[in-house]
Amino acid sequence: MFPTILFFTFAATLIAAALGVILARNPVYSALLLVLCFFNSAVIWLLLDAEFLGIVLVLVYVGAVMVLFLFVVMMLDINLAELRKGLASYWPLAVAIAGFVVFAMINIIVVKHLGGMSMRTAPALAANYSNTRELGTALFTRYAYPAQIAAVILLVASVAAIVLTLRRRTGGKPQNIAQQVAVRAKDRVRIVKMASEKRP
Amino acid sequence: MQSIYLTIALAPLVAAVIAGLFGKSIGRAGAHSITILGVGISCILSCYVLYQIVFAGQAPFNGAVYTWLVSDGVTMDVGFLIDRLSALMMVVVTFVSLMVHVYTIGYMHDDAGYQRFFSYISLFTFSMLMLVMSNNFVQLFFGWEAVGVVSYLLIGFWYTRPTAIFANLKAFLVNRVGDFGFVLGIAAVLRYTGSMDYATVFAHADQIAAAQIHVSSSIVWPAITFTCICLFVGAMGKSAQVPLHVWLPDSMEGPTPISALIHAATMVTAGIFMVARMSPLFELSETALSTVLIIGSTTAFFMGLLGIVNNDIKRVVAYSTLSQLGYMTVALGVSAYSAGIFHLMTHAFFKALLFLAAGSVIMAMHHEQDMRKMGGLKKYMPITYWTCLVGSLALIGFPGSSGFFSKDALIDAVHESHRTGSGYAYFCVLTGVFITALYTFRMFFMTFEGKERMDHHTQEHLHESPWVVTVPLILLAIPSALIGWFAVKPVLFGDYFGGAIHVLPANDVLGRVGEEFHGSGAFVWSALTALPVWFAALGVFTAWVFFLKRPDLADSAERRFKWLHTILVNKYGFDWFNEHVIMVAARALGGGLWRFGDQIVIDEGLVNGSARTVGWLGSVMRYAQSGYLYHYAFAMILGLASFLLWILWRT
Amino acid sequence: MITLNYVLTLSAILFAIAVAGVFLNRRNIIVLLMCIELMLLAVNFNFVAFSRYLGDIGGQIFVFFILTVAAAEAAIGLAILVVVFRERRSIEVEDLDTLQG
Repeated sequence: MFPTILFFTFAATLIAAALGVILARNPVYSALLLVLCFFNSAVIWLLLDAEFLGIVLVLVYVGAVMVLFLFVVMMLDINLAELRKGLASYWPLAVAIAGFVVFAMINIIVVKHLGGMSMRTAPALAANYSNTRELGTALFTRYAYPAQIAAVILLVASVAAIVLTLRRRTGGKPQNIAQQVAVRAKDRVRIVKMASEKRP
Repeated sequence: MQSIYLTIALAPLVAAVIAGLFGKSIGRAGAHSITILGVGISCILSCYVLYQIVFAGQAPFNGAVYTWLVSDGVTMDVGFLIDRLSALMMVVVTFVSLMVHVYTIGYMHDDAGYQRFFSYISLFTFSMLMLVMSNNFVQLFFGWEAVGVVSYLLIGFWYTRPTAIFANLKAFLVNRVGDFGFVLGIAAVLRYTGSMDYATVFAHADQIAAAQIHVSSSIVWPAITFTCICLFVGAMGKSAQVPLHVWLPDSMEGPTPISALIHAATMVTAGIFMVARMSPLFELSETALSTVLIIGSTTAFFMGLLGIVNNDIKRVVAYSTLSQLGYMTVALGVSAYSAGIFHLMTHAFFKALLFLAAGSVIMAMHHEQDMRKMGGLKKYMPITYWTCLVGSLALIGFPGSSGFFSKDALIDAVHESHRTGSGYAYFCVLTGVFITALYTFRMFFMTFEGKERMDHHTQEHLHESPWVVTVPLILLAIPSALIGWFAVKPVLFGDYFGGAIHVLPANDVLGRVGEEFHGSGAFVWSALTALPVWFAALGVFTAWVFFLKRPDLADSAERRFKWLHTILVNKYGFDWFNEHVIMVAARALGGGLWRFGDQIVIDEGLVNGSARTVGWLGSVMRYAQSGYLYHYAFAMILGLASFLLWILWRT
Repeated sequence: MITLNYVLTLSAILFAIAVAGVFLNRRNIIVLLMCIELMLLAVNFNFVAFSRYLGDIGGQIFVFFILTVAAAEAAIGLAILVVVFRERRSIEVEDLDTLQG
C-alpha cells in the first residue's frame, strides 16, 4: 500500500513539474523544473526496482546534462522581456492534440488492456536479487558490442560539440611553445666584433 | 576436324580484315594476294572436307565451337553443322569465290577502290560460309544479315553514282521486308520448340505441327504453316522471288564480279539453301509448300519474259538469274529439294561463268553495257565467246550440259508432283525453257554475232581480256559443261544427302523420276524425245530468226504487240507500285507518327508534360515548406495522432 | 499494488505534455530541447516498466543506451544552439526559417 501512495504522490509531482517545464516563461525556471521531473522519475524508477538506472538518471541527467542546459541558458544573452510575451493564440489546438494523444494511449492501455497484459503485477524478485549485477552481466556479455558503439557515439558527440563551439579569438597573444623551445642562440644574439676604443 | 572448319570460315575473314585495314600499306598486289590466299585455303580445305564426307565416309559434324550467350534457357552458339549439304555448298561458294577473286584482278585493274573491293568480297565469303556452315538459327541469321550488308556495300561500291546508291538502298530495304518475315519465322520456331539448334528443332518438329495459332476466335492457323511461310518470306527477300525480286535487277549497278559471286552464284541462293535445310519443317506443311511452288513458278516464268526486252547485257543475265531462282524454288515446292540444290550448284557455275563473260565483254567495250551497241565480238574475243557459249548452252539445258541434267530432272519432278499448283508450275517451267533459250541466245547473238554496231574508237581497241580473266572463265566452263555427268546420279537419285534433307515418302517425286533413270547417257538419250529439249531448240531457233537473221521481224513484232512490250519494259509495274503506293504510304505514315506520335505525344505530352507537371507540383508543394520548425513538428504530431487513431479503429 | 497500466498511463501523460510543449513553444529552442528530453523520459518509463513487469533485463539495457544517445544529442543540440546564437543573436524558433521553400 505504501509504495502505491508513494507512486501517486511522485507521479502527481512529476506531471505538475512537466507542465511547469512547458509553461514557464523563463527558461531558467523550465530547466530547474525539468531537474525536478528527473528527481521524481528517479524515485519512481526506484519503486520499480530499477535502482541502478534511477541513480544513473540523477547522476548523468541532473548532474551533467541539466547542468549543461542551465549553463547554456545562463550563458546566452537572452532577452527575457521578449520571452515573456505569453502563450500564442493557438494553445487550444495544442491542448486538443495533446488531449487526443493521451486519450488514445490511455484507451489502448486501460480499456483494451494491451491484450490483458496491462493488469499484470510485478513478479516477485529473488531474495539476493541485485539490479546492478543483473544489468552489468547483461551489458558486458550480451550487449558488449552495442556498449562499445555507445561509447564511440559519446566520443563523437563530445568531439562534435567542441568542434562546433570552438572559436579562436583574434588578437589574442598566446605563446607558441614549440617555437620558443626550438629557438637558437644566434637568432637572438648577434656577436659584434669591434675595437674596444677608438684609435686616435 | 573442328580446327579445319574454323580455318575454312576464318581464313577469308582474316584476309578481309588485313586487306581492309592495311590496304594502303600492303598495296594492290598485297591486297589481292592475301585475299586470294585466304579464299584459296578455304577452297582447298572445303574440297578436302567434301572428300572426307563423301568418299572417306566421315560422319557429319554437328557441334558448337563457342557459346555466345545463354538467356532464359535459350543458348546462342556459334556452331558448325557439316553434313553433305553444307559441304557441297562450301565447295561451291569457295570455288566460285576463288574464281571471282582471280577475275577481279583483271576487272578492277584501274579502279581506285581495289583493296576495298577485295576486302569486301573476302568478307562476303566469310559471311556466306558462316551461313551455310551454321548449325543453329542465330548464326544462320548472322550470316544472312552479314551477306546482306556486304551486298549493300558492294552494290553501292561506286558510291559516287546516284543510281548505285539508289540501288543499294533498294536492295537493303527490300531485304528488310524479307528479313522481317524471317525473324518472325525464327521466333515462331523458338516459341514452339524452345531451341535455336537445328537438330533439336527438327527433332521437335512435330511439336510445331501439333500447335495452332489462335488469331481470333474464328481464325485458327496451323503453326507449322505460319512458321514455314514466315521463313519462306525471308527466302523470298534473299532469293529475289516475286514480289520481293525488285532489288536484284537494280543490283547490277555494282561491279560485275560481285554480280557473278553474290547476285548469281551464292548469296541469292541462300534462300534456296535455307528452305532445303529446313526441309524437315517444310515437309510438314502442304500449304507452305504450295505457296513456295506458286511463287517460284511465277518468278520463273514472268521474270524470264523480262529478259527478252532488256538491252543491258548484265540485266538480261540478272533476269535470267531471277528466272532460274524461280526454277529452284519450284523444285523446293514439289519437295524435290535435292533437285533444287543440284540446280543451285550447276547454276552457280554456269551463271557465274555467264556474268564473268559479260564482264569480260563489258571491259572490252570500255564499260558499255548496251547490247545494241555490240555485235560480232566473236572474232575479237574467242575465249570469251566459247566459254560464254558453254554457259549459255548450260543455261538453256542443252543435252549433256550441267544445266540440262539439273533442269530436266527438275521439270520431270514437277511433272510427277500432284501438289496444289503443280499444274500451273509445270506450265511455267516448261514454257520457261523456251523463254530461257530465247533471251539467252538473243543476248548471245546480239553480243557475239551479226554486225558490229559499236563506234569506231571502241572497235579499234577491242581485244581479248588478260589471262586473269580468261582462266577463271575456262575453269568455270569445265564444271558448267561436265559436272552433270558425274553428279546427277548420286545427288538426285542416289542417297547423296542422306539425313541432311528430309522428304516424306508420299512427297518423294524424285524417287519416282529415279525409277526411270538408267545412267547419265540414257538420261540424255531419253530426253531427246521429251518436250523441254525441243522447247529449248525452238527458243534458240526463234532467237536466231528474230535477232540474227531478220532483225526487222523483231521490230515489227514489237510494234504489233506494243501493249505487251510496254508492260514488259515497265517490269509489270512493280517498281511503279513500290514507289508510288508503298513508298508514299510509308512516308505518310512516318510523317503522321512523327507529327502526332513523336512531337505531340512524346515531346509535348511525356517529356515536356512530365517536366511541367513536376514543376507545377513543386510550386504547390513549396507552400508546405514554410521553414518553421514547429510546422514540421506539427506534421509529425499529426502523423502520430493519425497512427494512434488507426490503431484505435483497428482493434 | 502498482500495476503496469499505472506506469504506462503516467508515461502517456508525460509524453502528451512534451508534445504539447513542442507545439506551444515558439520562442526558445532550449525549451524545445527540454521537451525532447521529456519525451525520451516518457519512453524510458515504458522501457523500465515493461522490463520490470515482464522480467527481462534487456529493457533496462535499452534505457541505458537511450540515456547515452540522449546525452550525445543534448551535447550536440546545445552546441548547435550556441553557434546559432552567435550567428543571429537570437534563439527564437520563429526566426529560424532559412529552410523555407
